[in-house]
Amino acid sequence: MKKEKKPKLAVWKFSSCDGCQLSLLDCEDELLTIADRIEIANFREASRQVLRGPYDISLVEGSITTPHDAERIHQVRRASKFLVTIGACATAGGIQALRNFKDVKEFVSLVYATPSYIETLNKSTPIADHVFVDFELRGCPISKTQLIDVLGALLVGRKPTTPTYSVCVECKQRGIVCGLVAFGPPCMGPVTQAGCNALCPSYHRGCYGCFGPKETPNTSALASYWRGLGMKNDELLRLHRSYNAYAEPFRKESEAHEK
Amino acid sequence: MSTTTPLRIELSAIDGIISSLRQQHYTVVGPTVRGASIVLDEISSTSDLPVGWMCEQAPARYRLIKLPVDSLFAHTVGPHSWKQYLFPPILRLFSANRNDGEIRIGDGLPGSDVPGAGDAVRPYAFLGVRSCDLHAILIQDKIFGGGPYQDAYYRRVREQTWIIAVNCTLASATCFCASTKTGPKASSGYDLALTEVITEQDHYFIVEVGTERGLKLLEGLNHRPANESETARAAELVEGTASQMARSLETENIREVLYQSADHTRWEAVAKRCLTCANCTMVCPTCFCATVEDTVDLTGMRAERLRKWDSCFNMDFSYIHGGSVRSSVKARYRHWLTHKLASWIDQFGTLGCVGCGRCITWCPVGIDITEEYRAIRDTTLTNLVPSSTEEVENGNA
Ligand code: SF4
Ligand code: SF4
Ligand code: SF4
Ligand code: SF4
Repeated sequence: MKKEKKPKLAVWKFSSCDGCQLSLLDCEDELLTIADRIEIANFREASRQVLRGPYDISLVEGSITTPHDAERIHQVRRASKFLVTIGACATAGGIQALRNFKDVKEFVSLVYATPSYIETLNKSTPIADHVFVDFELRGCPISKTQLIDVLGALLVGRKPTTPTYSVCVECKQRGIVCGLVAFGPPCMGPVTQAGCNALCPSYHRGCYGCFGPKETPNTSALASYWRGLGMKNDELLRLHRSYNAYAEPFRKESEAHEK
Repeated sequence: MSTTTPLRIELSAIDGIISSLRQQHYTVVGPTVRGASIVLDEISSTSDLPVGWMCEQAPARYRLIKLPVDSLFAHTVGPHSWKQYLFPPILRLFSANRNDGEIRIGDGLPGSDVPGAGDAVRPYAFLGVRSCDLHAILIQDKIFGGGPYQDAYYRRVREQTWIIAVNCTLASATCFCASTKTGPKASSGYDLALTEVITEQDHYFIVEVGTERGLKLLEGLNHRPANESETARAAELVEGTASQMARSLETENIREVLYQSADHTRWEAVAKRCLTCANCTMVCPTCFCATVEDTVDLTGMRAERLRKWDSCFNMDFSYIHGGSVRSSVKARYRHWLTHKLASWIDQFGTLGCVGCGRCITWCPVGIDITEEYRAIRDTTLTNLVPSSTEEVENGNA
């Protein structure tokens, strides 16, 4: 490989908990290699040093919840060649999108002593609602393996290997016994995108849907099957209304159980 | 070999079988209780087997039930199948390493012509192979080991594998091997076949010997020719299993029925229920599809090619330039069922279904292949146009 200028990477934060960014720091073993191949130009969790743009790769964490966010994301886009959203907040609006189903003014008046100081939008929205997104990494938080895969793919110009099929495929590839069938907790795996390597099912828990809706998710079929087993509306609503509540298939399914 | 008279062995001889295979350095794999189900894993003695456990299966439901007897094989097939050993879910095919401007290919699989391929594979002895699963192995033998394109790794592992079959003395409600003619009694392809007999005073096994090495294995163990009543008792149990079976697949004209039903309204109905989650294909012991994934590490110095189980329910599976060929749920379910029950016959000469019922039990919404086919057949048969192609054998060979 020719000695050429290292691509510049920037990490941006919007409304989020920082957990996805931390996945990058969590790449302990690979971090030195990353630093060797990529110039980390803006990553506040790791360094105060900020290099000027433009940036070859931008990792964007968090959702848009304030008028300021809504402006800033355009600046980020303008300064970035390849923009990757990381995590459920940036990709679907995150857990904070629960506000989208209620009146946010009411929350503000209840929570803050001086509501007039608070400038917030009515809805928490994904980055793709505002600017063009080149690639999305799902998860709450994202998977370290997928992050490294995407960075590696960008460096050599290959396609990332981020499947869009169900969590069930990962369960079966790992030989995990399906809890849904064998002991019966609700599991969102059949409508959720793979990527976590079936983490919760491997601990005998149902999937919570962190990676959002899979390709062609048939949420209504699963919900009506569960309803047939006696599951109540409020439980069905809550199952679809968590980290990816505002992702369209989950949003529509939860709304269908509102009454 | 299988013509020799059946033998009788005692319960203790099962431990003898396991330990002598282990002494010969086989990894003995058999059913074992893990958590809430019976899976396949390495076992080292009969106490690892599901002693006194049976399973209750229904669409989208599996439960273990404790029995008052110390049976070893009162259960039926579980979520795992033997294909995970012969056709592993994730397998590295080879690696490529860049060194001083040179690319070196390595880590080839045993039996392959990729550099670095060792010869040795882990030799397995499968204990407790049910007739349905034995037929599934024979089907995959044709897929991976027959014809001009062979899977060298599969063949290498398979050649060494011991098969100790078990004839079923109980069926689950999802079993339908009697109708596909693939069970419940193992007919060939085994080293030894066992039938477990438990009476009030007695617990023994009737053994049918399928190979020389199978006979040899028994040599050091206590055995004697079974008497007529013992053999009859075993046969009765297995026949009882067949007549117990609650489900069935009508295999007569199955290919013709399906080839003429591409536009049947039932496909729309099942598409409303199907999640395209791919569980059915993953648990099916005959499904053989895989995808190949190339990865390069961050240094750009090392690449790997992995083979992973794939499914016709996944969108990428039929992706060609411009998009997926089968994007609707209907197209994907229809493709799956039609392949299993019709085009498989053209491709490999048998049904692609051995009646194990796994796809029914492990489908999260309990879609039942026998019920879907019956609905199509019931409304198609009266208008059936006879097929002009040559006769095919119904059911499996
Ligand atoms: S445990 Fe959940 S994710 Fe795993 S196979 Fe079952 S339904 Fe799918
Ligand atoms: S038939 Fe059942 S197991 Fe198969 S893809 Fe559809 S929902 Fe999943
Ligand atoms: S199609 Fe279903 S019943 Fe038939 S062999 Fe496959 S998993 Fe078993
Ligand atoms: S399908 Fe037949 S051979 Fe297979 S487990 Fe059931 S009864 Fe046994």
